[in-house]
Amino acid sequence: MVPIAYYLVLSAILFSIGVAAFLIKRNIISIFMSIELMLNAVNLTFVAFTRRWSQITGHLQVSGQIFVFFVMVVAAAEAAVGLAIIIAIFRARNTLNVDQVDLMKL
Amino acid sequence: MTDLHLWLIPIIPFAGFLVNGLVGRKFPKALVTTVALIASVIPLVQVATIVAKFSSLTLPHIENLGVWIRAGAFHADFSFQLDQLTLVMLCVITGVGFLIHVYSVGYMAEEEGYWRFFAYMNLFLFFMLTLVLAENFLLMFVGWEGVGLASYLLIGFYYTRDSAANAGKKAFIVNRIGDFGFLIAMFLLVQHFGTLSFTEVFGYVAAHPALQGGFLTAIALFLVLGATGKSAQIPLYVWLPDAMEGPTPVSALIHAATMVTAGVYMVARTHVIFDRSPFALVVVAIIGTATAFFAATIGMAQTDIKRVLAYSTVSQLGYMFLGCGVAAYSAGIFHLVTHAFFKALLFLAAGSVIHALSGEQDMRVMGGLRKKIPVTFWTMTAAVFAISGFPPLAGFVSKDEILYQAFISPNGGKILWAVGLLTAGLTAFYMFRLWYMTFFGEYRAAHRDELAEHGAAVHARSDTKLAVEADPHSGHGHGIHESPWVMLVPLVILAILSVIGGWMGWPDGLGGSNWFAHFLAPAVKSAHLTYEQATVALATGGSNMPNESPAGSKQLELVLAVVSTLVALAGWLVAHVIYYAKPELPAKMATQLRALYALIKNKYWVDEFYGAVVVAPVLFIARYLLGALIDRGVIDGGTLAAGYTAQGFGALVARIQSGNIRSYAGWLALFAAVLLVAAYFGWTAHFLPR
Repeated sequence: MVPIAYYLVLSAILFSIGVAAFLIKRNIISIFMSIELMLNAVNLTFVAFTRRWSQITGHLQVSGQIFVFFVMVVAAAEAAVGLAIIIAIFRARNTLNVDQVDLMKL
Repeated sequence: MTDLHLWLIPIIPFAGFLVNGLVGRKFPKALVTTVALIASVIPLVQVATIVAKFSSLTLPHIENLGVWIRAGAFHADFSFQLDQLTLVMLCVITGVGFLIHVYSVGYMAEEEGYWRFFAYMNLFLFFMLTLVLAENFLLMFVGWEGVGLASYLLIGFYYTRDSAANAGKKAFIVNRIGDFGFLIAMFLLVQHFGTLSFTEVFGYVAAHPALQGGFLTAIALFLVLGATGKSAQIPLYVWLPDAMEGPTPVSALIHAATMVTAGVYMVARTHVIFDRSPFALVVVAIIGTATAFFAATIGMAQTDIKRVLAYSTVSQLGYMFLGCGVAAYSAGIFHLVTHAFFKALLFLAAGSVIHALSGEQDMRVMGGLRKKIPVTFWTMTAAVFAISGFPPLAGFVSKDEILYQAFISPNGGKILWAVGLLTAGLTAFYMFRLWYMTFFGEYRAAHRDELAEHGAAVHARSDTKLAVEADPHSGHGHGIHESPWVMLVPLVILAILSVIGGWMGWPDGLGGSNWFAHFLAPAVKSAHLTYEQATVALATGGSNMPNESPAGSKQLELVLAVVSTLVALAGWLVAHVIYYAKPELPAKMATQLRALYALIKNKYWVDEFYGAVVVAPVLFIARYLLGALIDRGVIDGGTLAAGYTAQGFGALVARIQSGNIRSYAGWLALFAAVLLVAAYFGWTAHFLPR
């Protein structure tokens, strides 16, 4: 039985890496990936907490898992839209450096 | 009761003001003239109709148009009053006013802002008529302030000239000091009587003979302060000579014939209060006498023709105050009327001279004009003889009446009479000086340049400069010419009035009946009682009111008249010797009596004294204490400090909003971390729901 703290610490580390990458990286795709990392760090927390809740109450609790599915769906949608935008930006600007795409207009 | 529609009298000039003032700029001159003349002739006609049916009226005739201000028990109405005193004033204002309007048509014909001039003139008539028709102090104050405004506008008519603009401001501010006195007097009246209506206040005072002195003296003295401002008496006379910066008809209308008499009118109108305050009356008499003498001496050494007349006006107003001060109100008002005739005439004739000389006002470069402008000369001569007090002209009758009353009055006495008499001599002297310098001898235009240089050096801010700058007719360019008939007709009418105007008050002592005094008596009958008399009157229910004037006799009146005529004659003779027979004498005398000459030439340095004692400290306080310290320091500083604080804080906070998404994310992460740490240590416990 792995203690819940392990999951939470791992999640925190993943989330921190995501935040750090989001702040540091210049490439849009990298930033995108760091967002995915943060989302999934949170997913891990959900799952860990639901599991722990089931153990305490003695009943099977699934709300955390369900929430994870939602997050995944939204993330997938976001990835679809986001990647489309990235392609559009790349075609327009010929770069993926966010510092060079800080204006809305072309 | 017949309805005279008194309110129409002032309102028609006001309509003229509105028409000319609002749209007159676009009118051709003929239309402006028509509007202005119609607006000034209709009141004259109305007054004439009132005169026609005057005997059938019950006096005082009061018309109340409704409540103006209501505050608790206090109320002030739009109410107008007509009695003998008002009627006299109405005749003077509308009569002389109309003549001056006619004259102005000629005089102002080539001026810029013709429409503006006539709009202001009508406005002035409106306020002046309101002043004399008002039935309460408050409505009177409207007219009182209004004539000040009109005067300011007209003095500053040539507003592009600094001196004119300053003279206008000076007149307005000095008048405001007097108005302050009027206001305080009104506050006292409201406090003690709870009303400002003439009828109620005077009725109350008349019904309580024991009411003597005390707060009535205070009210009277504050009213006197107001009167000294408007009527240019010591200590507030300084504005009137400077007011000569306005066009000459304005000087004639406002600063000689009508507005400046408002103070005299006010004293006569409120005589019921003054009668109960012997002290205030003495103050009025002394102010009047001192001003008369003081201004006459200054008038002797002025070289600007209009300034001589201005000081003469101040001096003559002093006579009127003397008359009122010895409780001879009808004599004061009588002199007001005759003075309106001959002083308006003097100013208009002077205007005609100035017109003839294309704007020259310095008497030193005039001379020998008798043949060139004969009508002006003859009308001016009538006025000079009238003001100098030669029988049987108007000035003689009225001035003598005042001197006689001063002589016999228990309030006045021999000293006031003697000073008044001496002033009469001075008056004759300076008027004949003006007469000789202007009309006799050689035409001295050649001296102009020489004088201009000399004048610029010696009298830097005095008349020469004024004369050169005040040159509204410099465009003429042609030689000396008589004025057009439109200017001469008013001159002739006024000259006739100056000759015969005094006959309506021909004194008893000289075989007349003093009709004027008897006519005016119901309105201004002095109820000046000693305290003992008042007590007796109270005890007998007022049936034993002594209404005989103080002891005097026809013989005494005759003797005094002869004496004052002789004094006037002496003044004439001295002027004749100095300015006609021996033209080299004035310069010699000026050198020999250098100190004295400098003293009166510089008007006793009163302007300089006021400048140092009043104006400079006020300016200092305004500029440095209130301006620099309070306004710019505290008020501006406080406001700016608040502004800069907000600005600085905003600038600081604005740096967070950089527009860079990642920096937002950084802040988000940072404060999320802070929040986490806070939560870990339990610092957020208070803020979170349990």
